[in-house]
Amino acid sequence: MNILESIRFALRGLTANKLRSGLTVLGILIGVAAVILLVAVGNGSAKAIQNSIEQLGTNTLTVTSGGGGLRGGGASTQNTSLTMDLVPALSDPNEAPHVHSVSPVVTGSQDATFEGTDHTIAQFVGTYPGYATASNFTVAKGAMFTGDDVTEASKVVVIGSTVAEDLFDTVNPVGKQITVSGKLFTVIGVLVEKGGAGFQDPNDIAIAPVSAVQESLTGYGPLNQLLIQATGPDDVTAAQAEVTTILDDKLHVTGTTTAYRILNQSQLLQTRTDAAKTFTTLLGAVAGISLLVGGIGITNIMMVTVTERTREIGIRKALGAPRRTVLTQFLVEATVLSVIGGLLGVAAALIGSMFTIYGIKPVVVPSSVALALGVSVAIGLFFGSYPASRAAGLRPIEALRYE
Amino acid sequence: MGHPVVEVRDVTKVYGEGETAVHALRGVSLSLDRGDYVAIMGSSGSGKSTLMNIIGCLDIPTSGSYLLDGVDVSELTDRQLALVRNRRIGFVFQAFNLIARTTALANVELPLAYAGMKAKDRRRRAFAALSLVGLADRAGHEPNQLSGGQQQRVAVARALVTAPALVLADEPTGNLDTQSTADVLAVLDRLNRSGRTIVLITHEPDVAKHARRLIRLVDGRIVEDALVSA
Repeated sequence: MNILESIRFALRGLTANKLRSGLTVLGILIGVAAVILLVAVGNGSAKAIQNSIEQLGTNTLTVTSGGGGLRGGGASTQNTSLTMDLVPALSDPNEAPHVHSVSPVVTGSQDATFEGTDHTIAQFVGTYPGYATASNFTVAKGAMFTGDDVTEASKVVVIGSTVAEDLFDTVNPVGKQITVSGKLFTVIGVLVEKGGAGFQDPNDIAIAPVSAVQESLTGYGPLNQLLIQATGPDDVTAAQAEVTTILDDKLHVTGTTTAYRILNQSQLLQTRTDAAKTFTTLLGAVAGISLLVGGIGITNIMMVTVTERTREIGIRKALGAPRRTVLTQFLVEATVLSVIGGLLGVAAALIGSMFTIYGIKPVVVPSSVALALGVSVAIGLFFGSYPASRAAGLRPIEALRYE
Repeated sequence: MGHPVVEVRDVTKVYGEGETAVHALRGVSLSLDRGDYVAIMGSSGSGKSTLMNIIGCLDIPTSGSYLLDGVDVSELTDRQLALVRNRRIGFVFQAFNLIARTTALANVELPLAYAGMKAKDRRRRAFAALSLVGLADRAGHEPNQLSGGQQQRVAVARALVTAPALVLADEPTGNLDTQSTADVLAVLDRLNRSGRTIVLITHEPDVAKHARRLIRLVDGRIVEDALVSA
């Protein structure tokens, strides 16, 4: 009997036992799909975190006032507030060659109205034009304010897409005037909507010249932040060192005081990526366990049928089937079931990964597909053919009497 | 006429070991010639099925030798044994032992498939064998759609489809009603008339009367070996 005939026998054997074949395929399918999907979800969430951080801008440094400058009763008159005076010092290309731009930031939430519509803007930012580039904002309609607007303290504002939708709905906001806490501002631009899975809506923002905001809204107090853009992603660390030196000098910081803090976005990205990796590893472990459970399920259903199959093998041997022919038949049966189950599992996982699960878009990891498929097929092959090979080695009468 | 088809020499068979050992056969010698029609009788536990399984190459003796067509089967490889079971011997079991969820035709085709016959020839011969046992119209039925008698006739068709010289039937009528018994025995009688050697195990004297030679086993020994007076 040739191989082709054996394969036909195996297929006939499978179709003769549809329920058993179906259950085996299902077991393998679930095992494979679970592993691929779990790893994909883990990977997807890692990617989402990475994206949202990259959208903040990775080559930027954020300097905030530490508020802890008055330590231990030392130089108690020392003022460590961030002021506008720091901006020219930090922008000096000789002192800080790796700093591309410095934007002072005064921010707070402000109530805005337009023709009776109210909206509370979460971040009303007073700053320089460079802020938009540093924080990855681009203008969709209209234009960004200019350095002249800052000098003249023009009451102009560029608004985020959320603000534009809430206040203006379908009306084109450019050129309209809105009232912000009682002061009139002219909208001159709308920002491109920015994605991101952050906790705060990044589009609920308005950007205006820092001079105008200080003059009409916040007063000339200390700045909330300094947003510093490095000349390139690789220069961030160098820029941080330069900024630290200048700030230490200007704020008369000695020793290890916490007069200010520098938040390095690329460090943040690194930290978050590491956390996401841990998360993926954790999900991988869960997936590994589900692969194990799936494997045991496959083993079970393959072993459960041994009694019936052993008798069948006895009959076949009594009719003159050589050991090898019997083995081929059962090996082909196990292969077909494992491969079909495995491929269906991969298909199910790929379809499943098209959907967004709890706000996470799964991203399939190719190696997890290979691993899940490989392990399941191997388990299916082994436990499908090993009992059969044992039975095929018995004398026909022993196989026939097997209970 | 050459050597006998079956030659059993002082065969014993012991199941288990030590205290619990069961002596199924305690030294049986037997010789069957071509065209013999032999009935083996004995109470249960007398070793008749064990003897039958050894003759059918399904089991091996603990001691003694068994020659099939003059060849000592203990010297055959697994592959040669498979060939012997396939070509020389047709076996009918008391429990039918058809393959479940597989049509009657496919069941009868099975030994031919293992013999390497082409699908088309195999189908034709299997169909002829089913016609011989009167079940041509049931070829497409699966075992659970057939009565006991019909299943046993399918099993007989499967045993004779390869035209074996030796047909062994282990209580083929044990589970059957009178009519089915008559049907199955008629097929066996016809096979014998066409020159096949037939060995039949039975409890029933009526069934044994179909044979020409009667062997009676008690406690693993032959106590009677005589021609049946017609």
